[in-house]
Amino acid sequence: MRKFDHLQGVAAPLPAANIDTDQIIPKQFLKTVEREGLGKGLFYDFRFDLEGHEKPDFVLNQPAYKGARILIAGDNFGCGSSREHAPWALDDFGLRCVVSTSFADIFYNNCFQNGLLPAIVSSEDLHALMGEAKGGNHVFAVDLDAQTISAPSGKTVRFAIDAGRKEKLLKGLDAIGETLEHAPEIDRFEQKRRQTQPWAAA
Amino acid sequence: MPAMPGKTLYDKIWDAHLVAQDPNGESILYIDLHLIHEVTTPQAFSGLRTNHRPVRRPDLTLAVADHNIPTEGQAKGVDAVEDAEARLQLQTLGRNVKDFGIEFFPMGDIRNGIVHVVGPEQGRTQPGMTIVCGDSHTSTHGAFGALAHGIGTSEVEHVLATQTLRQRKARNMRVTFVGEPVPGVGAKDYALALIGEIGTGGGTGCVIEYAGPAIEALSVEGRMTLCNLSIEGGAKAGLVAPDEKTFAYLMGKPAAPKGAAWDLALTYWKRFSSDPDAVFDRELTIDVSKIAPTVTWGTSPEDVVAIDGLVPDPESFASEDKQAGARRALDYMGLQPGQKITDAAVQRVFIGSCTNSRIEDLRQAALIAQKALDMGLKVAPGVRAMVVPGSGLVREEAEAEGLDQVFLAAGFEWREPGCSMCLGMNPDRLDPQERCASTSNRNFEGRQGRGGRTHLMSPAMAAAAAIRGHIADVREFL
Ligand code: SF4
Repeated sequence: MRKFDHLQGVAAPLPAANIDTDQIIPKQFLKTVEREGLGKGLFYDFRFDLEGHEKPDFVLNQPAYKGARILIAGDNFGCGSSREHAPWALDDFGLRCVVSTSFADIFYNNCFQNGLLPAIVSSEDLHALMGEAKGGNHVFAVDLDAQTISAPSGKTVRFAIDAGRKEKLLKGLDAIGETLEHAPEIDRFEQKRRQTQPWAAA
Repeated sequence: MPAMPGKTLYDKIWDAHLVAQDPNGESILYIDLHLIHEVTTPQAFSGLRTNHRPVRRPDLTLAVADHNIPTEGQAKGVDAVEDAEARLQLQTLGRNVKDFGIEFFPMGDIRNGIVHVVGPEQGRTQPGMTIVCGDSHTSTHGAFGALAHGIGTSEVEHVLATQTLRQRKARNMRVTFVGEPVPGVGAKDYALALIGEIGTGGGTGCVIEYAGPAIEALSVEGRMTLCNLSIEGGAKAGLVAPDEKTFAYLMGKPAAPKGAAWDLALTYWKRFSSDPDAVFDRELTIDVSKIAPTVTWGTSPEDVVAIDGLVPDPESFASEDKQAGARRALDYMGLQPGQKITDAAVQRVFIGSCTNSRIEDLRQAALIAQKALDMGLKVAPGVRAMVVPGSGLVREEAEAEGLDQVFLAAGFEWREPGCSMCLGMNPDRLDPQERCASTSNRNFEGRQGRGGRTHLMSPAMAAAAAIRGHIADVREFL
């Protein structure tokens, strides 16, 4: 998996709460058998009208936010379906970090599988960062090791992340490879399972 | 020696599946059943191929085709599916299960259907298990006292390769349902009322155990409806402790243990309930006698209103964010603050989805359709109402009971099984601004079709809306 340590880039404000995964990547883009190329569907209904024309007022369509790397969003970001297409689409679009006060569980997990950083900050700090991002074309800096986000004004806020997740992201560890190192324990577990639940082994 | 504190049902299932613990705070949990479908697996199988990894336990994996299959003409087979992308995804699943030796109920097989209907129906879902699937409504299986939740595609690959999942333990929450419901109120109303109370983020980080006399009184199907919607309250999973109803449901199912193995399994399953002295991080009690038939008015499952209630005024919400959200939702839904919810005219009705497409759901809807027929009524002019059974077996059972004839006589369409208009990945979807009374689980913007307006409700309520042509109180038909 790809590492995440530092990130510098324009931050786009998306103040709505409860942005769900259907909004992040609508269903018509889920019919792919690939991981790549989903950026075209990111926030599709926000970005394009029914005729497929860009909506100029949506934040990611505004020139000041072209090439944004960071998204600053309202509470409970990523609720809804388990589709990993949501972080894939964010990533493919160039967004590597989402900042919010809270994230839905599955989306949160899915980010870490793809080298994306979901950064949890207090509502106060979110408000401050959102305010600065609204100014447009301002470069923010994210430092995972220090767990900080620095806004253009120089204001720096801390974000929360548990130590284990942080380490994996910093090192870009492969979860499957790591788990397979526990193969002897899995074998032992299965042996015991066969004895205690003989009906459960097909 | 100090007494050990009691364990919750969740604690017990967790402990029984702990394979190893990593120093970074993650636990490796064994997975008893991995359900897979066409939409969230192609990239996982590609990952296995790239890394030359086999599927560790194909026998603990079961595949169905449900999300993007059409709900008519299934006998023609996958190669006849018109949508080229859907066809490729379905063909890809067919190839993957063959290459990796996984049991598969393909489209058209009578055992195929929505993954969360098929698992229990086959008896693959059993108490005390850990069950995962690349689909958030995996929480449905919690109705059997199994720890069941959705995972992303990278995790699907992880489970395929290792039969385990890396997890952090969630917190324990218990919602106790007391009281007796008024006629016309059931599990769907309980769930909507609960989400209305705690909000869509209310269960975040928690596994919710549903307990209390009103849960014991619910059928296993009703418990599945309730657990299904746990995720809409933000919870990791929902759980109901297994009881005699659970065991009776499982007995004789194709994959349920038989003979001496059944007795052994029964003894094992009975361990899975919360100890009387178990401590929950959070507790809530809901009196179901106070719940009216409930529907949603907005674009989040927490936007609920009793059927005799009014569409809320955005100004009545506490925070500015909420007010803005409500204004946006009303605008999207085409509703006015203060209007009666029963004044909302519907053009479409959808009875189906993993929330409400089991035989009991269809019986409840058919009962209203029959009452309507007795009153000389049918589906209102201008309304298109679809009934989509959860699986081929549900469809067969319903036909054996004559439910299809009742639906057809009353003017409903009787379709073939699948996820259908729950998410509109197949041709069943809403047109912009069409309003739909739906038994599914998500009323998000565009969920059932771009610009479509979804109102969530129970199967009986959806049937009543079809007859009246607007959102209606099912109690008029009781
Ligand atoms: S019926 Fe709807 S919610 Fe259920 S599995 Fe299918 S798409 Fe998902």
